[in-house]
Amino acid sequence: MNAESKVQSSDARQDCFHCGLPVPPGTDYTTVIDGSARSMCCPGCQAVAQTIVDGGLDNFYRHRDNLAPAPDNLTGGAPLDDELALYDNPSIQAGFVRSLEDNRSEATLVMEGITCAACVWLLEHHLSRQPGVESFSVNLTNHRGRLVWDPEQTSLSRLFAEIMHIGYRAHPFHPNREEQLLEAEKKRAIRRLGIAGVGMMQVMMMAVALYAGALQDMESRFVEFIRWSSLVITTPVVLYSARPFFIAAWRDLRTRQLSMDVPVSIAIGGAFLASIWATLTNTGEVYFDSVTMFTFFLLIGRFVEMQARHRTGRAGNALMDLLPGSATLLMDGHEKLIPASELQVDQIVLVKPGHTIPADGVIIEGNSTIDESALTGEYLPISKKCDDTVVGGTINVEHPIKVRITETGQNTRISAIISLIERAQSEKPATAKVADKVARYFVMAVLLTSVTVATAWYLVSPADAFWITLSVLVVTCPCALSLATPTALTAATGTLRQQGLLITRGHVLEGLASATHVVFDKTGTLTEGNLSVRDMHLLRPGFAANPYTIAASLEQPSEHPIAQAFRPFFRQEAQDVRVQVNAGVEGLFQQQRFRLGKASYAAELYGGETPATPEMAVQWLLLADEQGPVAWFSVDDQVRQDAPELITMLHQRGIHVAMLTGDESEAAPRVAEQLGISEVQRGMSPDQKLAYIKQLQNDGASVVMVGDGINDIPVLAGARTSIAMGSATDLAKTSADAVLISGELKRLALGILLARKTRLVIRENLSWALLYNLVALPLAALGFIAPYMAAVGMSASSLIVVGNAMRLARTPRIKPPRRS
Amino acid sequence: MDIIYLLIPIAIILASVAIWAFSWSVKQGQFDDLESPAHRILYDDDEDMIPEDARQDKDKNRSQDSK
Repeated sequence: MNAESKVQSSDARQDCFHCGLPVPPGTDYTTVIDGSARSMCCPGCQAVAQTIVDGGLDNFYRHRDNLAPAPDNLTGGAPLDDELALYDNPSIQAGFVRSLEDNRSEATLVMEGITCAACVWLLEHHLSRQPGVESFSVNLTNHRGRLVWDPEQTSLSRLFAEIMHIGYRAHPFHPNREEQLLEAEKKRAIRRLGIAGVGMMQVMMMAVALYAGALQDMESRFVEFIRWSSLVITTPVVLYSARPFFIAAWRDLRTRQLSMDVPVSIAIGGAFLASIWATLTNTGEVYFDSVTMFTFFLLIGRFVEMQARHRTGRAGNALMDLLPGSATLLMDGHEKLIPASELQVDQIVLVKPGHTIPADGVIIEGNSTIDESALTGEYLPISKKCDDTVVGGTINVEHPIKVRITETGQNTRISAIISLIERAQSEKPATAKVADKVARYFVMAVLLTSVTVATAWYLVSPADAFWITLSVLVVTCPCALSLATPTALTAATGTLRQQGLLITRGHVLEGLASATHVVFDKTGTLTEGNLSVRDMHLLRPGFAANPYTIAASLEQPSEHPIAQAFRPFFRQEAQDVRVQVNAGVEGLFQQQRFRLGKASYAAELYGGETPATPEMAVQWLLLADEQGPVAWFSVDDQVRQDAPELITMLHQRGIHVAMLTGDESEAAPRVAEQLGISEVQRGMSPDQKLAYIKQLQNDGASVVMVGDGINDIPVLAGARTSIAMGSATDLAKTSADAVLISGELKRLALGILLARKTRLVIRENLSWALLYNLVALPLAALGFIAPYMAAVGMSASSLIVVGNAMRLARTPRIKPPRRS
Repeated sequence: MDIIYLLIPIAIILASVAIWAFSWSVKQGQFDDLESPAHRILYDDDEDMIPEDARQDKDKNRSQDSK
């Protein structure tokens, strides 16, 4: 290895200031931000950063607390504009644009790429400065933007392009029925929470007066008046805010199940009725304060859970990302751009390189390679010739092709995969909730004890029977018991969200804690999901030019993934570049003819022997000129940096690790070997993956599936616990139970640790609640505990449980792997 | 103490007004985004509104640069 290549490979690792990806060696993309030059990883990031700085919005970099997503295809240029121009078409606009008075239009958009609040700030400020834009506001929670503009001054496609210039993508938002229901559910939940909160505060104040009055002998007419006032305030809290508990309990009773909702309803309803009775007859004690407080605490837990569930619940728009917006229709020799949804069977479309194939069809003219990674997860394109079938949603890479459409809409292959999801989800193994199991016995025990106590006391002293029975019910109030699980889950979910693991379904923490198998997809999950140049071996010592630059210049015009890998090194253009499908590229660089590609193809140029390939079993490309070979390049899909650490950690904790991949090549076993995964299945279809997981689950394993592609969706839906990568398509994210937002695999290890700790805390809480009940119950049954003491004890045990759960708000530390 | 016969009803009326106002604002969509307003207040995009002599050094330099 000569000096130059050594310098490049030993360069200090630097991360892109904009998106955080490593800056490739030997490149120089910088933007001056805030007075100092910052390195960028690619022209895309540089262009975005430059636009941001030019717009005077560089405050974005100071405010953000999360890195921006890497912009894609910004250099795409013309074809992108065509696609965007479609949004000016009135028939397309009809779906999502409303006309307001004064000649203004309003549209709701879904924004892609928002990572933190600073993104919202950047988007709003940049768009509001565009001429013709009246207002633009973005919602950070659901990533929706409301745009009001004047169609006479600017066009919608221009505004879409502006959004892309700062590194985001906009899609039209079509609200469907499901979305509207979610919206209404959320508003109802907030209202319930608010009413319970206001009611709780008022009743608490009066409760203080009552307790203080009891010590100072308040006149009974005042006591009576305050009780009636509390009753008035508590009534809407019980009847409106606590209604979901009653409805759920009633539903469970009808299906002869006992869930936690049943004891909760008995507690709220029972205490409320007893308090009304006490108020009417002016005897005993009132529990209005406990009723409202308990309702409020439980509603907070439900609200947080619901918010997490809604966060990724954007299924309505998920399909849209996959299928292309437009298609170039060929009719009587004319090209016509139409919306892809209007395509019909037997029409002929032209698919240019870099474009998505609009629907399933057969090639009738042209040869090209097709990137089918959306379907198979394989990143290397597959060669297709005349009469081969192509699938909608995949991408044409090299040459223009003409395709006769054979299937559209619901009949396409992609749609078929989506229908697999429903089947998989319906067969998903149910996760029994610990709390519900406990609740079943608990309710029975409480009811039996109360009846026994009531009967016994009725026989001994009928006057005390009612109040002693009531204090038994209050003492055994399942407050602590029913708060034990939700508070722990809420705290843990919040911590993991801060750490970049977003949990959207309730059973995830339990699934992670009990995981016996973790199954990974390969491409895009364990690996980065795209090719990059890994290594360079100079074959001709003393070669003057930089081989990286030559290779990048030759590959610049090509759309092939291998060419993409060289893109960061691009400095100057090569002339007379010719692309040979499945072989390589040839071109003139500084008046010298070079070839880059398969060894046999490159060796033809100098007509000599092919040099021996270096030992490693990766893909090697040979760069040669007319005198002989110059350098070997190896390109590879890199394993994610933190993948080995995660696998080691999983092994240490006795969790089986397996890798399923649609990739049939030798890369699969190599990646597995590199990471130390022994169980590898390659060349698997979505069906086979699902069957594999099901087999494991039938054998009693608790499986966590981690994946990202369209081909992983059925298996994500079918696994007991599933996690999608942050870069996955929306559809994969909505089918998964959790999303790894940052794409850092290490967070998964954190998730498993915290899930185990959560399980421990839940068990502690449940034991404490049961212990308290077991001690207090006999005392109350024997009449030693006055109802107000019962109420104080109950609140104290609830607070202890909540406090214990708050311990989960701290992030656990991953112990470094121990060396044996 | 008889004053509580007046004060408590007033408190209840005020609480119901608060609940009405809350329901109204929920309906208006004020609670749709619970995250970004909390961050928005931290973004000082009011630099051009700060008087020249009150600016910090860094900001002063920048405004001279841009002139």
